[in-house]
Amino acid sequence: MFDYQFFLEVLIGGLLSGVMYSLVAIGFVLIYKTSGVLNFAQGAMLLFAALTFVSLVERGAPFVAALAATLVIMIALGIATERLVLRPLVNQPPITLFMATLGLSYVIEGAAQLLWGTQVHGLDIGISDTPFEASGVLISRFDLFAAAVAGSLVALFALFFRYTRTGLSFRAVADDQFAALAVGLRLPRVWAAVWTVAGIVALVGGLLWGARLGVQFSLSLVVLKALPVLVLGGFDSITGAIIGGLLVGAIEKLAEVYVGPSFGGGIEAWAAYVAALALLLIRPSGLFGQKLVERV
Amino acid sequence: MNMMRRLKVTMAAALAVGLANTFTAHADEQFFPLQSYRVGPYAAGGTGFFGGFIDYLNLINIRDGGVNGVKLTWDEGETQYEVERGVEVYERLKSRPGIAAWNPLSVGIAYAMIDRITKDKVPLITINHGRTDSTDGRVFPYVFPLLLNPYSETSGIVNYIASKEGGADKLKGKKIVVLYHGSPYGKETIPIYKRLADKYGFEVEQIEVPHPGNEQQSQWLSIRRAKPDYVVLRGWGVMNPVALKTAQKVGFPADHIIGNVWSNSEEDVIPAGDAAKGYIAITTQASGADYSVLQEVIKTVYGANKGNLDDKKRIGSVYHNLGIVNGILNVEAVRIAQAKFGKRTLTGDEVRWGFEHLQLDPARVEALGAKGLFHSINVTWDNHEGDGRVTFQQWDGSKWKVVSDWIAPDWASLRPIIEKSSAAYAKEHNIKIRTSGDEPVSQ
Repeated sequence: MFDYQFFLEVLIGGLLSGVMYSLVAIGFVLIYKTSGVLNFAQGAMLLFAALTFVSLVERGAPFVAALAATLVIMIALGIATERLVLRPLVNQPPITLFMATLGLSYVIEGAAQLLWGTQVHGLDIGISDTPFEASGVLISRFDLFAAAVAGSLVALFALFFRYTRTGLSFRAVADDQFAALAVGLRLPRVWAAVWTVAGIVALVGGLLWGARLGVQFSLSLVVLKALPVLVLGGFDSITGAIIGGLLVGAIEKLAEVYVGPSFGGGIEAWAAYVAALALLLIRPSGLFGQKLVERV
Repeated sequence: MNMMRRLKVTMAAALAVGLANTFTAHADEQFFPLQSYRVGPYAAGGTGFFGGFIDYLNLINIRDGGVNGVKLTWDEGETQYEVERGVEVYERLKSRPGIAAWNPLSVGIAYAMIDRITKDKVPLITINHGRTDSTDGRVFPYVFPLLLNPYSETSGIVNYIASKEGGADKLKGKKIVVLYHGSPYGKETIPIYKRLADKYGFEVEQIEVPHPGNEQQSQWLSIRRAKPDYVVLRGWGVMNPVALKTAQKVGFPADHIIGNVWSNSEEDVIPAGDAAKGYIAITTQASGADYSVLQEVIKTVYGANKGNLDDKKRIGSVYHNLGIVNGILNVEAVRIAQAKFGKRTLTGDEVRWGFEHLQLDPARVEALGAKGLFHSINVTWDNHEGDGRVTFQQWDGSKWKVVSDWIAPDWASLRPIIEKSSAAYAKEHNIKIRTSGDEPVSQ
């Protein structure tokens, strides 16, 4: 007999995991939306942020001071990336920019280990990971907290893009870079700002993922979880990143539990990519991505 | 002319002195090429293990002036735990004179080296890991999975669970879930768990976690539904703390999770925080710095500012102590080989002979200052594992605490399976199976 309660538990667990993937995907979307760059270094930025924060705390810095210092460092990293990596490559093909971010990810990972060492660290952000039971279904407090943070982040971005000058300039650049230039927007300044915001997202993601996995090198591998989210949701939609994350979380967990045993298990790593590939065939720009219309 | 002649004479003299020094140095040195990994995803384990290994080699050099006057030397090549880099380091360092043995601490690199080291006649040490069937020295003369192979580990874990339940007969009807890493390493023990389940009458369910293992919600919900008595964690890297945290999320008790030998370090439990309290794991070497040999390392090596670990708090950690034990086994193999072939730089094949006679009983282990650190080893020409004993340690939130005696795996019942596998390997690779350990040794 089909166990609906268990199904619900797997589904809820998947959706909550999906929110964590969305947190990483949002960082990608922000940069892609405004500069057309697929920033492969997002995972490395996440690692760098978490490692910096936890290393400062372990050296005796109070929580808030460490958070503020990490924020400043991430902002500096964002500005430096724009100045030293992207600005010299203006007008280069997208693949060149992508390769530059790939190289950047190795530089950031190496710098993180050089600065803070190779040891793994525990990270306690004060949220218990013990579950509570609702109608027989176990739900993680930590995952709920992460979902609330992700939700708040999206709401903040919505307000930021709608009501602030910088947010509006982000949207203008995203819509048409040449038109934005024509009306006097300074692209380098906008890009520096957007890399800064991506750095802040990396900090939030790094703290939550760090609390979940421990702060260690493999934090940078969480980008692999964000890629199918981006394909499903679209590379330039924050709403898409959220919906894509939820879908990927649910698909991979349900596939692992209900389909996995027929294949010997261990399918969740590629089940999400199968779904993403299938969607690519139908909607190449993802569920919420902007359709590219070109005059030929 | 005079000046030219003087110059020539001086150059010739310098060359002669240089050559003499070179030969003298080679005559008195035994070299350990190290395929280490100090950066990248597995750097925490690499720095601990290779740090411990180098600390012990340094101890022998500083305290004893080397092994019977033969100085121990080493050189590191960074692999980042990647197979191709490991092979590149092998090719780069293999021509160095006086190589004693290779110690890559990587299943992938070790697999890629088996044919090469066999051709070059130099031992390959895979302490606590590697191919299970390389235990059979008749087929793998140069490979040494010292102390513990994956099958012995499995048997040791089952024996420990049996002891907790009150005897092997109490295993009947119990349920054990094995949560394994989705890699050849993780899958290596699937058949032996099935075999032991049939033998003892317990039910086993084996669940794969895809690499790297940073998401395990679905696996642990399946475990919760299965309601096992124990979960065996056969993990690696980030998979281990995530397993412990997710177990807490689904309400599975940590003291019923038994970790394997690559899920037993501080790096596996610290990131899990409170979720790791009570977790139990197998080990071949106890952790802590209370043992005489560790105290000597602290006093002699770190006292001389030659310690290899940047963070002294890591002295006595699981990986550091594994490196120390690995150092003891390598050095003693050289010492044993020197007793046979002379107190000089040995060839790889001569050191292989030393490993094949590496018999350290508890009294010798105590004399080496390692009583309690590890139990004993008894390597022979056809048994390259050496019947290492295992013990179990429990994490109390800040340190590991030993919670069992030294337990012997069921080697006798494992040997026929190992021989079957090694025979198949020999047939596939057209290897003549050795019938004794008395073949001539290359000098």
